[in-house]
Amino acid sequence: MNVQVETPEDLDIDDGGTSGLRSGVIRLLGSWRLAGIAIPFLVLFITLSVWSGPFLSKTNLINILDQQSAILAIAAAGTLVLVAGGLDLSVGAIYGLATVVSGEVAEHHSAWIAIAAALLVGLGVGLVNGMIVAFLKINPLIATLAMSFVISGVALRVSSGNLIVLSQNSAFYKFANAELWSVPSAVWIVLIFIVILGLLLAKTSFGRYVVASGGNAEAARLAGVRVNQIRIITFALSGLAAGLGGVIDTSRLLSAQSTGGGPNLTFTVLAGIVVGGTSIAGGEGSVPRTTIGVLFIALIGNGINLLNINELYQQIVLGIILLLAVSIDVWARKRRR
Amino acid sequence: MSTGNIEEAPRSAAANAGGDLVVTGVSKRYGGVPALSDVSLTITPGTVHALVGENGAGKSTLGKIISGVITPDEGTMTLGGEQLSFKSPREALAHGIVTIVQELAIVPGLTVAENVYLGVEATTAGFVRRRESRRRFRELAKTVGFDLSPDRRAGGLSIADQQKVEIMRALSRNASIVVMDEPTAALSGNETAALHEIIRSLARDGKSVVLISHFLSEVLALADVITTLRDGHLIRTTDAKDATEESLIEGMLGRSLLTAFPEKRMADEERTVVLEVDHLRAPGVNDCSFVLHESEILGIAGLVGAGRSELARAIFRDSKVSGGTVRLKGADLAGHSPSRSIRRGLVLIPESRKEMGLLVGRSVKENISLSRLDLVSRFGWISGIRERRKVNELMNAVTVKAASIRTPVSMLSGGNQQKLMFARSVMCSPSVLIADEPTRGVDVGSKRAIYDLLTEMAASGMGVVVISSDLEEVLGLAHRVLVMRHGRIITELSGERMNEQAVLAAAFTESNNEGTD
Repeated sequence: MNVQVETPEDLDIDDGGTSGLRSGVIRLLGSWRLAGIAIPFLVLFITLSVWSGPFLSKTNLINILDQQSAILAIAAAGTLVLVAGGLDLSVGAIYGLATVVSGEVAEHHSAWIAIAAALLVGLGVGLVNGMIVAFLKINPLIATLAMSFVISGVALRVSSGNLIVLSQNSAFYKFANAELWSVPSAVWIVLIFIVILGLLLAKTSFGRYVVASGGNAEAARLAGVRVNQIRIITFALSGLAAGLGGVIDTSRLLSAQSTGGGPNLTFTVLAGIVVGGTSIAGGEGSVPRTTIGVLFIALIGNGINLLNINELYQQIVLGIILLLAVSIDVWARKRRR
Repeated sequence: MSTGNIEEAPRSAAANAGGDLVVTGVSKRYGGVPALSDVSLTITPGTVHALVGENGAGKSTLGKIISGVITPDEGTMTLGGEQLSFKSPREALAHGIVTIVQELAIVPGLTVAENVYLGVEATTAGFVRRRESRRRFRELAKTVGFDLSPDRRAGGLSIADQQKVEIMRALSRNASIVVMDEPTAALSGNETAALHEIIRSLARDGKSVVLISHFLSEVLALADVITTLRDGHLIRTTDAKDATEESLIEGMLGRSLLTAFPEKRMADEERTVVLEVDHLRAPGVNDCSFVLHESEILGIAGLVGAGRSELARAIFRDSKVSGGTVRLKGADLAGHSPSRSIRRGLVLIPESRKEMGLLVGRSVKENISLSRLDLVSRFGWISGIRERRKVNELMNAVTVKAASIRTPVSMLSGGNQQKLMFARSVMCSPSVLIADEPTRGVDVGSKRAIYDLLTEMAASGMGVVVISSDLEEVLGLAHRVLVMRHGRIITELSGERMNEQAVLAAAFTESNNEGTD
């Protein structure tokens, strides 16, 4: 680029002298944010490989990915919601609704109809969430919290409170359990979904608008960004991801229950996003980091299991890591100011 | 003054410290840009000391240093011989220095009386004695002549009434030095007169008032001593008796208008109309009509709160328009949003670039290309090379200086941030540009560059609207000037009639003749 500093006064006015160094620091900070989650992840991974024999086995690793597939998908979409300045607390409820809807439909109809139904339900509820937030101007935290009660109620009604159990020989079972190179299709589907969302956020104009809407909504609007539309789309994607997660797990486990997801899933998803270094204040975040964040939390759980440590420590450790991640975010944002 | 004895609070005990406030060699820099350089002055009790200067001359910065809102980088202050070093307005308050700032600091959810006595409530065992504070409030209101109900929610008041609340709060603190930053900007004629009386009575009671004001007639009428600032430097401190409006302007500008602004290119008589605003009504905008021609720079002047920015946002379709039409090159912009306005060729550079213009934490590149990403992307996929090329081209065109296109804009100086807003606008290749306070908080060097940009954009055929509180700027740039007050365009000036006196007369008519409304 073409920086010209003509006169000494100009040097004084412009930050040209210092900004070279400082922008270098900022660029480092960007990759540092990735390193901030990638390095702990690798350390944990290596530690577990050394301490626990079964950890490094192919079965265990694939198992972790398989179990986490729904959460990975939902967290990837949740990252976009957070970056756009929103928050979706209803994903657990949408997931629950999607599981019972796909379970009920799969009992009587073809697998594809069941899958489509779950995805449409998720997308629809997400759209409603987005419109409530955008048009009624209700705080996303409250709006999606309220919606999660509504959705859970509907899910309970759909399943009449029963546990739905499906038979194994159906095409529906194959949706998540077909294998390619001994990796189940659930993992492949979610991988594709994550890659698409990651590219959407990082490489497209839509992604830029998402970042702008969360960074400074007023400025984005005056620059011509349709902030409301962008936010609605992020909520719709989040709903769609919850629907996808729900149908994947229903197919994987061949059972569905309205209380399947719930607040537990919501908070695990949120924890993964935040541990991945996405700013809770919006305007900053990355899907790959979220993916590592979710897997990091999963490794802690897996490690505690394998090493036969009392499970209650898992919660305590997770809590402490969350606090750490948020503190780092606050500190990093202060530095940028 | 009987208004002072509301409370035997510890801080009011120190208020009668008195003595001269001596400021010596004070300097302040904001991110490399000097806002105030080596300023020394003495404020004596019983006087009204006015600070005058252009926007960005350092008046408000000096006022904020005196009242402890900001800490100077260098220099000292003493009050009656005692060394002062304030870390917060609260510490200044303890020394009897109170400030009434441009940005109002009321708590909207509390009542008027609660706001006035915030932090010094009359209490019994921790419980607020409401009746007692109401009684005190009435007493205070009577002395200052404000007609305010103590029980109204402060958030529901007009700006002028909120300002009164702030003034009463300052007075209730038994201050010995009151710093007032543009106190009459939002007040009507009667209210202004009442405030002037308060300022005089404060001085009579032996208190000092530091008055920061744009209005020279107000300054000349009220002040005993006038300090003129320019670009952060103290030009001179004079006795008000020896000052005239001309001498103050000369000191504020320090240069003739001709050298400061690019030459105006007079456009032909037969120009095409690009923007036609007809009986437009919106919040803060009352029945405004005007036309803008291509290659023309139209200035909009008026006092703070006269509705200039509101008009800009109504034209840009960012606020709810309740009536009238806006035609851009003949096409009606009815019911459209900012994003549509931009597509149609109407661009707004908003008044406050940090809050309304920029994504402060994001890169120069992202900020410039935001409005027209479609130009550098295909099917929504951004081409990194095309974006970089375009952004570099624009940065050269508007002379933005940044270490790299990936530098966050928070690292740029105010001038470069503003030029970046111009780069974004140029990328939209609009037919009409509205620039709201284009040089606010910008250093002198960049100011001239921005003037050149505005002139060039007009020369290329664009219609340009410049809204500014800086009168010299409006007169120096514009071919025609509209003067606004109370949301209306009250006069249009051009040619010979376009001068400072005429604009001020129109803007001031409001304060002097309009009465309350």
